[in-house]
Amino acid sequence: MEEKNLICINCPLGCMLTVKMEKDRILGVSGNTCKRGEAYAQKELTNPTRIVTSTVKVSGGRDRMVSVKTKSDIPKGKVLECVRALKGIAAKAPVHIGDVIVCDVAGTGVEIVATRDVEVL
Amino acid sequence: MENYDIVIIGGGPAGLAAAVSARENGISRIVILERDKELGGILNQCIHNGFGLHTFKEELTGPEYAGRFIDQVKTLGIEYRLNTMVMEISHEKVVTAMNREDGLFKIQAEAVILAMGCRERPRGALNIPGYRPAGIFSAGTAQRLVNMEGYLPGREVVILGSGDIGLIMARRMTLEGAKVKVVAELMPYSGGLKRNIVQCLDDYGIPLKLSHTVVDIKGKERLEGVTLAEVDGRGKPIPGTEEFYSCDTLLLSVGLIPENELSSGMGVELNPVTSGPRVNESLETNLEGVFACGNVLHVHDLVDFVSEEAKAAGKNAADYVQESGTGGRDSVIRITTGEGVRYTVPETVCAACMDDRLTVRFRVADVYKNCYVSVYFDKDRMIHRKKAVAAPGEMEEIVLTKEQLLKYPGLETIHVKIEEA
Repeated sequence: MEEKNLICINCPLGCMLTVKMEKDRILGVSGNTCKRGEAYAQKELTNPTRIVTSTVKVSGGRDRMVSVKTKSDIPKGKVLECVRALKGIAAKAPVHIGDVIVCDVAGTGVEIVATRDVEVL
Repeated sequence: MENYDIVIIGGGPAGLAAAVSARENGISRIVILERDKELGGILNQCIHNGFGLHTFKEELTGPEYAGRFIDQVKTLGIEYRLNTMVMEISHEKVVTAMNREDGLFKIQAEAVILAMGCRERPRGALNIPGYRPAGIFSAGTAQRLVNMEGYLPGREVVILGSGDIGLIMARRMTLEGAKVKVVAELMPYSGGLKRNIVQCLDDYGIPLKLSHTVVDIKGKERLEGVTLAEVDGRGKPIPGTEEFYSCDTLLLSVGLIPENELSSGMGVELNPVTSGPRVNESLETNLEGVFACGNVLHVHDLVDFVSEEAKAAGKNAADYVQESGTGGRDSVIRITTGEGVRYTVPETVCAACMDDRLTVRFRVADVYKNCYVSVYFDKDRMIHRKKAVAAPGEMEEIVLTKEQLLKYPGLETIHVKIEEA
């Protein structure tokens, strides 16, 4: 059995959670003031995910860069790989909010989509 | 001279929401004056997600959030002028502005909505000793360079101040390949949102040193490193605690200041605590027909609340134009602050003029656990709400109802304070 510590982010209270784990199974959560803390610990320790936001270059546009995001959250462990995969990618203007820039980023099956419009120069 | 019913100064989140609201409340002649080359303001460089949970019930990035409002402005056919700098607003609401197409021009406004936002506190305001080499940026400047211009300001980074922009930039610089060594915070608590501390620092193993500050800057041409030291309860560095960090970049995330030069110039009275205008329940300043909303009024943590506030300002400005004047403001109730409350927005209420519900926003002065937010009508305690925690970094609010206030004729002051359990 091992113990892990994390801070709950559901509210400004920021409870210090102590989680008892055996392999990948959670045996108990303590330190939380409400139920949300337990759910947060469950998700964070068994399947933590993040939405990743970054930028890629644009050619022929009014701006040099276009902001992008993963269309849905991806495993936390894939975040750095995802950002690295965007290096060297260039979109072509015009780009519009929601346009798919990369189909499947870092083997996650998740699309990278534009989060702003860039018109043609 | 041109004439408009409502002139909105600034096309960021506050200006956009105010414009949409004023139009929806029946005003046709509205113009937004924006100094940047596009609408959206600071949201354009805030490419991270987390915006709009309150307004749109989904998590958007900054540009997407701005895009929603820009679309509405365009659909409603609201006029706006870009690359336009407002130089002056007179006491009589004559707006003097300039741009490349129209040159210098003047607009007589029936009502003015101040929505200029805020700017970052610069190094000069901090009294950090040492040279002034290249490599010292405000966090927002670095954010613009990375996210919009496509430049990485440096490779080895120290961040002073744990405001949200600093935390967001710690993650952003890390993802772009820089090494963020430490975030130092003068106060014993962070000024940023909890989720940012976890998702921007903890996720990447970036240490946060509370009660620490920069006491020396090394490097003549380019920054070579900074010395951090622990501070005592009064913010004075403790000798012997100095620690040197080599770095080529120092980001400052040490506070935002509402940008009120135009307001002061026209005679708008400012509150020294917020550095924003003093306003009544209609978000109207001491000058009739001049309204304020967003970060120019007081610095917000969440853009959703900016939009909400701006919507109210837009509606109130529309009412003012349509009723030609606010008029009849007798029996004004003052909102005063007590123990633990730094300020409130608004500062006065006229029960007859308010909508059914009025949100009063405020910030607490310190971190309080298991406290009560209490509101007194003269001597009577009307609200006594328990809070597990209240911190200066997270804005608080109370709601006053018209019904409540009308039951108290002759009420002079509403007192807001924190009471410990």
